[in-house]
Amino acid sequence: MPLERFVEGDVVRVREDYPIGHFRTPVYIRGKTGVVTRRFGAYGNPETLAFNLPGEKKHVYEVRFRQVEIWPDYKGSERDSVHIDLQDNWLEQP
Amino acid sequence: MSQHHHEHDHHHDHEHSHGHAHSPPQPDDKVHSYYQILGVALKELLIEKGVVTADEVRAAIEARDMITPAHGAKVVARAWVDPAFRERLMSDANAAVAELGFPMNTTELVALENTDEVHNVVVCTLCSCYPRELLGLPPSWYKSRAYRARIVREPREVLAEFGTLTPDSVELRVHDSTADLRYLVVPQRPAGSESLSEDELAALVTRDSMIGVTTVRA
Repeated sequence: MPLERFVEGDVVRVREDYPIGHFRTPVYIRGKTGVVTRRFGAYGNPETLAFNLPGEKKHVYEVRFRQVEIWPDYKGSERDSVHIDLQDNWLEQP
Repeated sequence: MSQHHHEHDHHHDHEHSHGHAHSPPQPDDKVHSYYQILGVALKELLIEKGVVTADEVRAAIEARDMITPAHGAKVVARAWVDPAFRERLMSDANAAVAELGFPMNTTELVALENTDEVHNVVVCTLCSCYPRELLGLPPSWYKSRAYRARIVREPREVLAEFGTLTPDSVELRVHDSTADLRYLVVPQRPAGSESLSEDELAALVTRDSMIGVTTVRA
């Protein structure tokens, strides 16, 4: 079982990377910074499962991003947010 | 005239002048895409090889189609009337909905409670992840590129188009279900519903309110 690197409250940045393959990290959130709001435990890695390859499970976290930090021209409350489930290997310390 | 137009039901009104009547075009007359053909070929091979039977495929589709948003509505109504159930739903949603006879298959359910401070709305920007075990198949707009792209970009405008106005004092929280989690919004119990029974409450809870694009009204 891989190490759970983050806990609730940790500030994380999504890797800004655009590899070719099957990835469950939406492009619009790559390179953005958010806060871990929930830990879900480890799940099979879709990046290898998509090709029927064995692979280590990855921890999945719910990460909160403020809309105004994703979209500079966002119209709405400053507290509006997007919560996304992201895999450990896509998160880094900013 | 577009092909779409041909699918409407005005065809049987006109007789052809060239001596015979065509049967009207049917909804399944359209050309199948590459992936639809691939899916059919895979199914036929699995049946030919005896891996599954045609009846098992049919029964699986039928079971899926028998799930309706009424299942999710029962979960919401129970959470409204039973505070202990509500606690269990928020902490371990899979176990809570299983109590009501709605097992989740391989996915993990998370219940999102709407409050005076937070309004939750659900999307899957990558495909069409949806709590099918509780709501059945997703509506076509949920799978559309327009909804998937816009609800994370301009959610207040999208909700307004659904007739839902969220005050700026409320945090609008969009959940993009990208992994193994599925999200069920627990809408706020409407004012004026105090005297209603659990079944009457369940009848008020709509599919769209459990996706989060609208609220529940008494």
